[in-house]
Amino acid sequence: MTDVLNVLLAALILGLAVWTIVAREAYAAAIGFIAYGLLLTLVWVQLRGIDVALTEAAIGGGLTGALLIGAAARLRSTEAAARAERPGLATRWVAALASVAVTAALAICVLALPEPAPTLAPEVSANIDVTEVLNPITAVLLAFRAMDTLLEAIVLLFALIGVWSLAPDRAWGGRPGLLQQVDPNGMLAYVARVLPPIGIVAGAYIFWVGADNPGGKFQGATILAAMWLLVMMAGLADAPPIRRAWLRWLLVAGPLTFIGIGIVGAMSAGAFLAYPHGFAKPLILVIEFALMPTLTLILGLMLLGAPRRGEAS
Amino acid sequence: MSVVLEWWTVVAVVAGAFFFLAGTIGLLRFPDSFTRLHALTKADNLGLGLVVLGLLPLVDSVSAGLKLVCIWLLVLLSGATASQLIARTFRRDGSPS
Repeated sequence: MTDVLNVLLAALILGLAVWTIVAREAYAAAIGFIAYGLLLTLVWVQLRGIDVALTEAAIGGGLTGALLIGAAARLRSTEAAARAERPGLATRWVAALASVAVTAALAICVLALPEPAPTLAPEVSANIDVTEVLNPITAVLLAFRAMDTLLEAIVLLFALIGVWSLAPDRAWGGRPGLLQQVDPNGMLAYVARVLPPIGIVAGAYIFWVGADNPGGKFQGATILAAMWLLVMMAGLADAPPIRRAWLRWLLVAGPLTFIGIGIVGAMSAGAFLAYPHGFAKPLILVIEFALMPTLTLILGLMLLGAPRRGEAS
Repeated sequence: MSVVLEWWTVVAVVAGAFFFLAGTIGLLRFPDSFTRLHALTKADNLGLGLVVLGLLPLVDSVSAGLKLVCIWLLVLLSGATASQLIARTFRRDGSPS
């Protein structure tokens, strides 16, 4: 019975993937991508990768989906013109051949993997007690592969700087996004008052249980960022101007703390990002706590986009 | 007692699935956006509610059951809000049929 459901799920995902590519309208393709991400979440649950499922639902489906919808809305005015410029037959053949070549290369790489695949999993599970963290995903992300997580946080920061750099000169340092004009007694304002208390508790809970159970800072930060965006979309609060010193300090606080702990590790434990014996769990907690506000702000600000309003407006 | 609870689960989940099916058919068949929204929110509210009620006897702990009920309530809230917002946009900008 479960097999039948799994096959149906896989077929549905493949169908939706094709539909997302074939869809003519950017908006429809973005909606298809969100549904695709949510179904992929179910696949990860079936594979017992609950951490990955949570991340896929929060970031793959939710956050990326919202980014794509924003992009589609912005492209709507030029979409008809772009579609009218249909590329020539030769261009389309070259594009098709290039796509097939990439797919074939990927397929060959996957099929050529040695059997059984080389794995570090036994070593990780043998040494996981050292970290005192019960969730293996968190242990790997913040102890054995902490470097990756650090670079991930820095990449997000760079992405935000890239978004900000699209600001026109007169709006630089100003508030991102448009001024929201929403009925203060309307439905959106009501939800923006009711939902955030629940969302903040849920986000903090998912962040906190990440040490021992599926969850963690990325998923928790996405929920908190969503609550922040909801309040701003309902016009109950305005986005902060990006020149604010507190904002910029919070944006770099996470990566700076991470690097600082890494340097301390280099001096006391013999390697960058190594934790002194017995201090692994408290140091991991410090990093998680420092990264949480940084990630919440980066994810929220990335969705708001480039600053568009100077101080005057 | 356990047989009664098992039957309760089967009946409630099947009834929930029926509402999801009916909601999907309504979404595909109804003539305009307002009635389609109506069909969709029925699936969310009643379908998911019945599925949650049916699954309640199977949970291990009180907190897991409360989480299930919370999920239903949150879906109710988001479904009601989203359909209101969509309907208002249609009324203002004209409903694309």
